[in-house]
Amino acid sequence: MVRLITHNILACHAKGCTSNNFPLQFQDVSIELREAEFNADFLRGFLPRLEWPALVGAARQLGDTSLPEEQPEMIDDEFLQKLHHVLLEIHVEEGAMVCPNCKHVYPISNGIPNMLLAEHEIG
Amino acid sequence: MSRPELQAPPEIYYGDVEAKKYTNNTRVQQIQADMTYRALELLNLPPDQPAFLLDIGCGSGLSGEILDEEGYHWVGCDIAPSMLEVALEREVEGDLFLQDIGQGFGFRPGSFDGAISISVIQWLLNAETSHPTSSPPHRLTRFFTTLHAALKNPSRAVLQFYPSSDDQIQLITSIAMKAGFGGGIVVDYPNSKKAKKVYLCLFVGGGGGAQQQLPKGLEGDEEAEARAQFEKRRERLRSREKSGKRKNIKDRDWILKKKEVSMILSRL
Repeated sequence: MVRLITHNILACHAKGCTSNNFPLQFQDVSIELREAEFNADFLRGFLPRLEWPALVGAARQLGDTSLPEEQPEMIDDEFLQKLHHVLLEIHVEEGAMVCPNCKHVYPISNGIPNMLLAEHEIG
Repeated sequence: MSRPELQAPPEIYYGDVEAKKYTNNTRVQQIQADMTYRALELLNLPPDQPAFLLDIGCGSGLSGEILDEEGYHWVGCDIAPSMLEVALEREVEGDLFLQDIGQGFGFRPGSFDGAISISVIQWLLNAETSHPTSSPPHRLTRFFTTLHAALKNPSRAVLQFYPSSDDQIQLITSIAMKAGFGGGIVVDYPNSKKAKKVYLCLFVGGGGGAQQQLPKGLEGDEEAEARAQFEKRRERLRSREKSGKRKNIKDRDWILKKKEVSMILSRL
């Protein structure tokens, strides 16, 4: 159950990998759509924490092009509905996330990403 | 029986069988639920603002289910695949990660409004290999520094754990402080062997005028309260007792009547 809200806060944490380590790139993913309860207050509160270009990029990688390239200044209900769908209803079930910098592969199986590092990768 | 963390690493100890046993044990469920509510209370989140929380060592989702019920969005991580599998079966709402917290987190700065952890961090005190990154101080440092970074300012992390000595409390607290946290230890029911619970209550930021203050532990004796209760619930109970709506059964008339009866009986 990697949703884009989680993907958007996740950077690579391998040893020495401190720059260009975000966002992780999706690879060979299969997704599932599951409805979630809409909560406008939560979305408004979370919006300032989002890395917008990373979110738009990840959504496009998963085949969703509903979000605009630039974060709109007007936050209306229609926009929040789209954001809700992208952040909380798209679940990546299988595949992998790859660090753009050190190329570490975090496999996703059964919706759970494996974040374990080998001994030499621990910071 | 010796403590679980002395028997095997967590991902081995909580294998398929133990994970199911643990999750289906009603006593474990009750204790975990009580501690989760208490941790949320200590987290002191601003009301009516839906929060995004991290559940450290979420296991099979016993605490996560409560986070769901309370309407929080959350992310959970655990090192035991069998526990996470049970969490999937139980259909918790949060996103789950297979992660060794001693290796540190990769979350972007300021991602979470708070973090809780129930009965987990004592597992960080055992070294599994002789590799330098496997030593408890190294793992604790990695854990606390990356956790501190992942929390927004101001916020709190509340970690309930089972220390086996004062030295362990000292070690954990000092490394948390070095990682930049404020706060300290809160002990509920310190005089009760059964109900005593230790919470590491950590603060991020909150300096200046509105300094964060360490909450007080719950007190009372073990007979009256065999298990830790949610403080609000306790207050409700207490106020009900105080309001005294129930009439005392053994009032004056009752005593007089009782005396009369015994007089008659003694005369017979």
